[in-house]
Amino acid sequence: MKNQENLLVISSSPHVHAPDSVPSAMRDVLIALIPAFLLSLYYFRFESLFVIITCVAAAALSEMICQKIMKREVTITDNSAIITGVLLAFCLPPGFPLWMAAIGAVVSIVIGKQFFGGLGYNIFNPALIGRAFLVASWPLAMTTWLAPIDGVSTATPLGILKEGAAQQLPTLIDAFTGNIAGSLGETSVIALLIGGAYLLYKRHIDWRIPFTYIGTVFVITALVGFSNGEGLWYPFFHIFTGGLMLGAFFMATDWVTSPITKKGRIIFGLGCGLLTVLIRLKGGYPEGVCYSILLMNILTPLIDRYTKDRVFGRVKSHA
Amino acid sequence: MSLAKEFSKGIVSDNPLFRLTLGMCPSLAITTSVANGIGMGAAFTAVLLASNIAISLLRKIIPDSIRIPCYIVIIASFVTITEMVMHAYAPALFKSLGIFIPLIVVNCIILGRAEAFASKNGVFASVLDALGMGVGYTLALVIVSTVREVLGAGTFYGIPLGGASAQSALIMILPPGGFIALGCILALLNKLQNKTR
Repeated sequence: MKNQENLLVISSSPHVHAPDSVPSAMRDVLIALIPAFLLSLYYFRFESLFVIITCVAAAALSEMICQKIMKREVTITDNSAIITGVLLAFCLPPGFPLWMAAIGAVVSIVIGKQFFGGLGYNIFNPALIGRAFLVASWPLAMTTWLAPIDGVSTATPLGILKEGAAQQLPTLIDAFTGNIAGSLGETSVIALLIGGAYLLYKRHIDWRIPFTYIGTVFVITALVGFSNGEGLWYPFFHIFTGGLMLGAFFMATDWVTSPITKKGRIIFGLGCGLLTVLIRLKGGYPEGVCYSILLMNILTPLIDRYTKDRVFGRVKSHA
Repeated sequence: MSLAKEFSKGIVSDNPLFRLTLGMCPSLAITTSVANGIGMGAAFTAVLLASNIAISLLRKIIPDSIRIPCYIVIIASFVTITEMVMHAYAPALFKSLGIFIPLIVVNCIILGRAEAFASKNGVFASVLDALGMGVGYTLALVIVSTVREVLGAGTFYGIPLGGASAQSALIMILPPGGFIALGCILALLNKLQNKTR
């Protein structure tokens, strides 16, 4: 007998393996969410902690129970349900009723994800489905905002902007550090940028989606700002407030629901940015990140189809 | 097929909404309250019964090549009668069902029963078929609208269930709630059917 070690190994591709796996990638996303989580705890204290715990627990439990009932493999250890729970909690207002938060998490996982076939088959970002469900179901609870630290009820910066300047707008520095009213995880730009940078460094997300998304919002609001004589603070105010940073780095870049081609990702980011500005400036809601990403999720398969790279050696059809 | 079975097939095994998935448009649109569901089911059953009888009686006279226009004319006449009766005696229901009463004309269940059953069977069997299908559709509408009204408005047939503090999920009586409720009920029934099979 020959020594088996010295023989050539014949196997089908892929031949180069990376150490990445679904659980390890999801773990990195959770690590990237830690700065925003800590600042959320600092600004909103227990109003934040309880909502996040409820969402994560409800998401994980419903994923487990749903997979048991549907006789699927229980994949709770891949952390994806936990991320959905955290992201959903991050786009809920502080002090949100816990039972509503739990229902939102169950809807995210069961209707948004498992009914479509589980992780990898969902058309929409599950956390945003949960948020959209909650906004339509309990609009009052979803728009009751608390000011950071002292916890008195107030309006979000974008809400103030929409209603006209009845209240004092927060400074850009406050918006950058997160000392403004808003959803639990969306207020602090600096924390989300740190998390986003970590994901970019780990190459889990492509720079194209967040950069084109935020860039589009910046350029359009800058044009609108200059034509209204508002000056340079206006576009910065638009990208520092609301859910834009959270959406651009953590939700629009969802691996399942965003395009896979490079060109497609740029189109995706442009579309998200355009829709966000449209909803913010012309729509009925002060904030449009959630719906813009959901709408672009619908277009993802179409974008992928039209931006497919030409296969090497083939000519374009002369149709 | 026995006569009893002609009646009962419309309720369970061939339920128009849950098994044949016909008549989806009104069942998504008007199932926001149980009262609407019952009203729509009653109007639908009346039209189906009358049109099944008429088409079954005329089945030997109607030429095969123009049968669909003939069916539509017959159905439209009965829908107009039903609409006028409803307008006169139940104006509130008439208002809340709105456009979906005239749309019974193009309801695929009624045309489907005319084409698949009444044009091939005698009057008595057609009456039983219409009654079974009507009861089955009404039952299905009531089930969907119960889920939506209880979850979305916190009431059942207009009677409040919880206290004043109970906050119901508004989305369930909005259009997306119709799709969510109907989809979940269909999935559940498919699951149950697979189990009993």
